[in-house]
Amino acid sequence: MLRNSSFPITIEQISKRYGRVFALDHVDLHIKSGEFLTLLGPSGSGKTTLLTVLAGFTRPDSGSLKFGDTEMVCVAPHKRDVGMVFQNYALFPHMSVGANVGFPLKLRGVPTREITDRCERALEMVRLGGYAARGVETLSGGQRQRVALARAMVFEPRIMLMDEPLSALDKQLREHMQIELRQLHDKLGMTTVYVTHDQREALTMSDRIAVINAGRIMQLDTPRAIYERPRNRFVAEFIGESSFLQVQVAGGRVRLGNQTLRTAGAAPSDGPMLLMLRPERLRVLGAQDADQAQDATLNLLEATLVATVYQGDSSLMQLALPDGSTLSVRGPSGATAAATQALPGARLQLALKVEDTVLIAAEGAA
Amino acid sequence: MKHPANALALRRSAQWERLGLLGLVAPALLLITLTMLLPVGWLFYLSVLSDAGDWSLEHYRRMWEQPSYGRTFLATFEVSALTTAICILMGYPLAYFLSEIPKRAANLCMIAVLLPLWTSLLVRTYAWLVLLQRRGLINSWGIELGLWDEPLALVHNLAGTLIGMVHVMLPFLVLPLYSAMRAIDRNYLRAAANLGASPLRSFWLVFFPLAMPGLATGALIVFILCLGFYVTPAVLGGGKVIMVSSRIASDIEIFFNWGAASALGVVLLALTAALIVAASRLVRIDGVVGRHEAP
Repeated sequence: MLRNSSFPITIEQISKRYGRVFALDHVDLHIKSGEFLTLLGPSGSGKTTLLTVLAGFTRPDSGSLKFGDTEMVCVAPHKRDVGMVFQNYALFPHMSVGANVGFPLKLRGVPTREITDRCERALEMVRLGGYAARGVETLSGGQRQRVALARAMVFEPRIMLMDEPLSALDKQLREHMQIELRQLHDKLGMTTVYVTHDQREALTMSDRIAVINAGRIMQLDTPRAIYERPRNRFVAEFIGESSFLQVQVAGGRVRLGNQTLRTAGAAPSDGPMLLMLRPERLRVLGAQDADQAQDATLNLLEATLVATVYQGDSSLMQLALPDGSTLSVRGPSGATAAATQALPGARLQLALKVEDTVLIAAEGAA
Repeated sequence: MKHPANALALRRSAQWERLGLLGLVAPALLLITLTMLLPVGWLFYLSVLSDAGDWSLEHYRRMWEQPSYGRTFLATFEVSALTTAICILMGYPLAYFLSEIPKRAANLCMIAVLLPLWTSLLVRTYAWLVLLQRRGLINSWGIELGLWDEPLALVHNLAGTLIGMVHVMLPFLVLPLYSAMRAIDRNYLRAAANLGASPLRSFWLVFFPLAMPGLATGALIVFILCLGFYVTPAVLGGGKVIMVSSRIASDIEIFFNWGAASALGVVLLALTAALIVAASRLVRIDGVVGRHEAP
């Protein structure tokens, strides 16, 4: 299989209501040709509905959907020519592996011998060469997942949809398949829309992530931008861990209590805002770090240690600020760290780099 | 002690558990033995006795030699096959419809499907007689509406027999078929469509084969029940449709020949058993109520 020419996908003002609830609320989304885009959101956010609109299983109430320049919103699912991997794979239980993979080719009138060849090649691509005669029931979860993938790409669709394809696998296999899926995508180059509720999966695999909540796209960005510069509280909370502190912006100065914070970039407009703190971006300063207290690239916070939780690869410290608000700091968990560990009640100084001093709008969507 | 700790006690408790399970089936087992196995054995015994009371295969020989017996069996199979076919034609779309509508609505409709089973078979059969006869409701309405001029012969013939039997048998087809169709994950159909199958092809290539065990089960149940059906063919067939069951009845009631009747019963039983075996070789047969598979 060679690199296909692929299509961009343009979604404009797509809406779908169930009763009074918007499953999709006037969604606009442009997916670039050959892009790996992930729809990420909690369950019930509308991400799967959006995927089924792309596949043609769900009729939206209004809006436009284009593959390339062709309007697709009224086209029946079997005429859309998009590959799809279902959450539970949906492999036909009454057919062998080969018949499953050959199914789309048979429907397209491909000669029998060519079907056999192309099936075998597709199966080899997912490292299941020689499995064509096997029954679907005899395969493990990971193998079924690969067969579903082979079936979805054997007819060389220009668009690939994936609905939480890894959610039924155990953690190790899932992480392995994430990398494999991404490599396959880079090799074949089809525009891929991937649905997941697993933020790490989204961060690992995607070119861009669309974070969805309540039928709306909360932020569309690269994984790095989504994590480092979330645009609103929902995105900041949904992706990664974070604590929030109330700050006041007045005259270009950001005030936390009676302390002024240094920020990167232009100062936001006046009013209340939230300071987002990622636990791993805060550092506890020890006695040997005294010189850093004057460092202009840092903001310093004073806090009291409440508790330390050992979590294997790291320790999570719960701290309280003088005004009573709480935050977490992730630190090393090794033996040397344990020896110097402060006890609950200790007053600690925390350092936060200016570029990690992220302000987000105080309420709801930006 | 040579045994590891508690090994004996554990084994004994496992045995008790199995005994307990056996105890649960014991009453049913006893009932089946008393009401099924013993009478069938007795039937078999009677069929190999001559009228004089000696061991003999004369009843079977007579069945083989007299062509009227062969015709009776043929007619029985014919009526059963026709009934089954009509049930499939009527029941398949019905079951499909039921499997597509929301479950609550389907349950309500199911009550309507099952309603006939809650009325006495005899009542239903005589009700058909009233409806279908020359001056019955259907004929008088049909003539009044100008649909046909002369009363149609709807009863005391094959047509009447089939109408009555289909009415009785339809639920037995719809139930297993419906439950098989319900169990089909609709994602298979979505997948088929996604891979390029038109609705018609996805039905034939995916839905139909997946519902096949349910259809086979329903059809087999209907066919087998038809083979031994007595009341409805006897009343609605008006003596023109002679099934094996009618023959058995007349052998006993008119000729008082238990041996001949028993031989007929044994042959019917053997044919039915052979049929079940053949059918289960051909396709997977579900349990009567539906399939029980791990997801």
